[in-house]
Amino acid sequence: MAFRSAVITFPGSNCDRDMAVALEQVSGTAPHRVWHGESTLPDGLDFIALPGGFSYGDYLRSGAMAARSPIMRAVVDAAQRGVPVLGVCNGFQVLTESGLLPGALMRNASQNFICRNVRLKVENSSSLFTSEYNQGEEISIPVAHHDGNFFADDQTLNRVEGEGQVAFRYLESVNGSRRDIAGVLNAAGNVLGMMPHPERAVEDDHGGSDGRRLFESAIARLVAA
Amino acid sequence: MKVHVHVSLKPGVLDPQGRAIHHALEGLGFDGVNDVRAGRLIELDVDDNVSDEALDDMCRKLLANMVIENYRIEKLPETVGAA
Repeated sequence: MAFRSAVITFPGSNCDRDMAVALEQVSGTAPHRVWHGESTLPDGLDFIALPGGFSYGDYLRSGAMAARSPIMRAVVDAAQRGVPVLGVCNGFQVLTESGLLPGALMRNASQNFICRNVRLKVENSSSLFTSEYNQGEEISIPVAHHDGNFFADDQTLNRVEGEGQVAFRYLESVNGSRRDIAGVLNAAGNVLGMMPHPERAVEDDHGGSDGRRLFESAIARLVAA
Repeated sequence: MKVHVHVSLKPGVLDPQGRAIHHALEGLGFDGVNDVRAGRLIELDVDDNVSDEALDDMCRKLLANMVIENYRIEKLPETVGAA
């Protein structure tokens, strides 16, 4: 059964091709490419990816304009129906701005753009995005962002942590994120936002392939279903 | 009607940008600056019949991110004789 995925491209997205290549390599099927101005998604999607980049030039706030673009209404609808949605980097910012995920992503505490491999801990290995990892496993995936400093109030953080919605945590100081949160799930578990770029770590030539299993997890779930 | 929307970070939310500005001011030799927080001013020109509720809605839905920011709406008095 073919894995039907879609990669959304906003004006200023720059990781959409990497995301599409990763999805095709791991699943064997090329994803649909969907432009931000479209108002509908292809039918029967198994997976939607919001890529990294600088949608709308980061105007107003990172992800703010993209979150209000026509295609996001369709993405929000799909997410509410349970379709898996992955947002990476700017895609994560779009997901928080659209209200699909809690919190907000602020300027890095250092004020600097950070581009390097970071060590992460898999905090929840039972989600549809992380089932191919081991609980508590340490992995290495690159980050490349200016606004990755995850913020939510204490009450929200306690709830998110209590419900197992933290997917990945930084194992080193990166961007000032509260409680070192690198990736967070929605309450239903079908939406994941993360600052590190798994699509940049799917083959050894990338310098590491720890991101590959994230896509394998989503595909394994489909095959099992 | 001219409307200014002042968007600022909520108290308690760390402001890396404000801190950097603070350091830069100190670097320029300005003493006595206790704290700096950076916000955003958005200037709107709207029809006179745009309601307060609509302005409030604009702020909540787009102009401010209610997770981290507060906003204040300021309606500017019409300037007499302005073109």
